[in-house]
Amino acid sequence: MLTKKQLFTRGMLDISPHMLSVIPFGIICGAIGVELGFHPYLVYAMSFIIFGGASQIVFLQLLSGGASSLVAVASVGIINSRHLLYGAVLSEYLEKLSFIKKLLISYVVVDQGFAESNKFFKKNRSEEFLHYHLIGTGCTMWVCWQIATLSGIVLGSFVPEELGLKFAIPLTFIAIVVQDLKKLDHVIVMITCGLSSLLFFDAPFKSYIIISPIIALFVAALLLRLKK
Amino acid sequence: MTLTAIIFAGILTYFTRMTMIALISRDMLGDKIKAVLEYVPSAVFPAIIFPGIFINDFGTFIEMNDPKIFGALVAVIVGYFSKNIIATISAGLVSYWFLIFVVFS
Repeated sequence: MLTKKQLFTRGMLDISPHMLSVIPFGIICGAIGVELGFHPYLVYAMSFIIFGGASQIVFLQLLSGGASSLVAVASVGIINSRHLLYGAVLSEYLEKLSFIKKLLISYVVVDQGFAESNKFFKKNRSEEFLHYHLIGTGCTMWVCWQIATLSGIVLGSFVPEELGLKFAIPLTFIAIVVQDLKKLDHVIVMITCGLSSLLFFDAPFKSYIIISPIIALFVAALLLRLKK
Repeated sequence: MTLTAIIFAGILTYFTRMTMIALISRDMLGDKIKAVLEYVPSAVFPAIIFPGIFINDFGTFIEMNDPKIFGALVAVIVGYFSKNIIATISAGLVSYWFLIFVVFS
């Protein structure tokens, strides 16, 4: 049985390799916000209040492009609606927590943290304080995101644009799913999602990001039926 | 004005994170749904990966000889065999840089 501290540290260690892509991306996000002409305090407030990677850039780009606040807010909501799926998966492991703890822990659920904690949870179901792993991944992400976006806001885009570091984001997610390429059913689900995301890329409010997972999950349900 | 919008966007985002964790009890989800939820990572992350590779900053498709396709393939191969996140990201970035700075320059 691992202690709370050991689980927290394990979570920190499990997510830290992803900081290789998260930190440059955070710097870029902060810098873009200021370049688009928004007040530095507002750009930073987003990292704290929304805490949602790409959705922050989309929000500012929409506003600076003349979209209404309603459209910008709706887009953030739709982009981040994928967290509903993460929550549904995590709820099994967080069931025993008090309502207040559930409310608090929810704030730090992010893509990479969900991915790494979910992998850990599946292998260590019997641990009593499992949620400390999720707190570890989430808090590491939170601290790095705040520092990275803040650096981008204060120092500007000191990461040379020619390096194309935004490309590190798809790479970080490739690292997350690549081992599932061993399973044919997962490969089919991934290809379905990927192709749908390209097909629906121009759908309003960036909704491809939730439409394609829903299509892919339908395909997963069909595959499960065929397996039987 | 913008701050109000940010606060609303933040509340909405928080609800997407909190709803399923705090308001739904696991018993409300049947075994079939639980089995489908096993596929969530494979069903969600390609929607971030594919556009990140195949669609450029202007929202249009890249050419088939774009260095990002090569970089992504290298990352998949290195990631598959190394099982290492840092190796996967670095391999993808370095091969991408090799093409844009050495080969295509």
